Amino acid sequence: MTHFTQQSTFYTEDHEWVTVHGDLATVGITKFAADQLGDVVFVEVPEVGKTFKKGDEMAVVESVKAASDVYAPLSGEIIDTNGDLADAPEKVNEHPESEGWFCVIKFSDGAETKNLMDKDAYLEFCKGQ
Amino acid sequence: MAEQAIDTLRKTPLHAIHEEMGGKMVPFAGYEMPVQFEGVKPEHLWTREHAGLFDVSHMGPCFLYLKEGLGEPGAHEKISALIERLVPSAIATLKPGQGRLTVLLNDEGGILDDLIITRMPDENLAGMLYIVVNGAVKQEDWALIREKLGDEAELQTADDRILVALQGPEAEAVLSPHFPEASELSFMRCAHVQKDGERYMVSRCGYTGEDGFELLLPANETGLAYVRGLLADERVKPIGLGARDSLRLEAGLCLYGHDMDASRTPVEADLQWVIQKSRRERADFPGADRILKQIADGPAEKRVGILPLERAPAREGTEIHVDGEKVGMVTSGGFGPSTDGPVAMGYVRADLAKAGTKIDLMVRGKARAGEVADLPFVKPNYKR
Repeated sequence: MTHFTQQSTFYTEDHEWVTVHGDLATVGITKFAADQLGDVVFVEVPEVGKTFKKGDEMAVVESVKAASDVYAPLSGEIIDTNGDLADAPEKVNEHPESEGWFCVIKFSDGAETKNLMDKDAYLEFCKGQ
Repeated sequence: MAEQAIDTLRKTPLHAIHEEMGGKMVPFAGYEMPVQFEGVKPEHLWTREHAGLFDVSHMGPCFLYLKEGLGEPGAHEKISALIERLVPSAIATLKPGQGRLTVLLNDEGGILDDLIITRMPDENLAGMLYIVVNGAVKQEDWALIREKLGDEAELQTADDRILVALQGPEAEAVLSPHFPEASELSFMRCAHVQKDGERYMVSRCGYTGEDGFELLLPANETGLAYVRGLLADERVKPIGLGARDSLRLEAGLCLYGHDMDASRTPVEADLQWVIQKSRRERADFPGADRILKQIADGPAEKRVGILPLERAPAREGTEIHVDGEKVGMVTSGGFGPSTDGPVAMGYVRADLAKAGTKIDLMVRGKARAGEVADLPFVKPNYKR
């Protein structure tokens, strides 16, 4: 994707990363989460056009071990998903914070981004996990 | 299973070794057990190619023997007649050192556990059986056996010892320098080895679909030294519960409490082969009427292999539909590292149990294409 606006990346306590550009947010799971899950074998991304409230179950990532829910980090509408994951779910392990992205949300409430962590806060949070 | 505080859990004699090897410990069957070391997928693939060492000390090894007349003529027949009250397999016809998979049945023919019963190889121990039951239900199994047979037989538990499984195509080569007897054994045969004043059981069996052995070792420095010796071999890696589950699933083997339980008979669980002809003719096992009727007429539901045709795994609890109607349920499912795709097993209506039957797997509310498949998903590599 091409982004012309300034980007900032935030993190959630559920180990998602959220790169905000304008009113869009690209979402995936962090390297910490991918390492914890082990080999990812399937990702169920949300359908384009669906809307979620922050905290709703939005996607599912399945590793050899188990299925784990991924929650919407922001309220809004899904406008794009990563179709490559259908045939190459291992991208989530290989490049969790770039090629392994899940979806793009057009978010409806910019104030929600204020509750997300920045990188330093997230790294500190991971130490306690 | 329910979460248990980790400090109330039992530890196996190999606990310190697991921690040294970087095992990620989780509660399982009342024990703190390693779920993985380097990762489920690499551990799984390593076992299929080389040799994996599994700590199964949480399981329930025990010895059942006559209170009187051990080693005397007819002793094996006597102990067999006792245990055959609870299981539908022919124990009397076992040869010395031979083992058999069987099931413990309730009065309705429901499966209380699956277990392996082995006749001790030594003639002077005729009248003694070596039995290994599942860890999660061992106390219940042992209580039942004592209740039903306690007047005539003694049950000595051995779950304070080390029980390990060494599985994989290189298992024999790894084990034979330590136990030369191992190479002589064929599948489901057992040696009783006396060494350094200690007794060891070496059985050629396992639960991965690969050739391999289970070893009952004393929980002392000598036993631990054997385990360390095996792990020091470059062909051997420690394997956790995660890969143990994916290996047995690909091998089409049932997990008690999931793929069978007290609500299922051996016929429904597709295990009627554990009931030998002589037992069917005598019809003298618990639930024989119901079980023999199911063998004759067919059961209403049957355990089958299930192959999801899309990439999404169909896990335990996934409903199976045909034409929008619920026709069964997945009881075990996940990803098969060796088949490189999702695999599952479960129960379907008996008229749909034929391999190739198209089914819908309702994964998170969405119908995903699947079909009934022959088990196992990988070719077994047993040493016959």
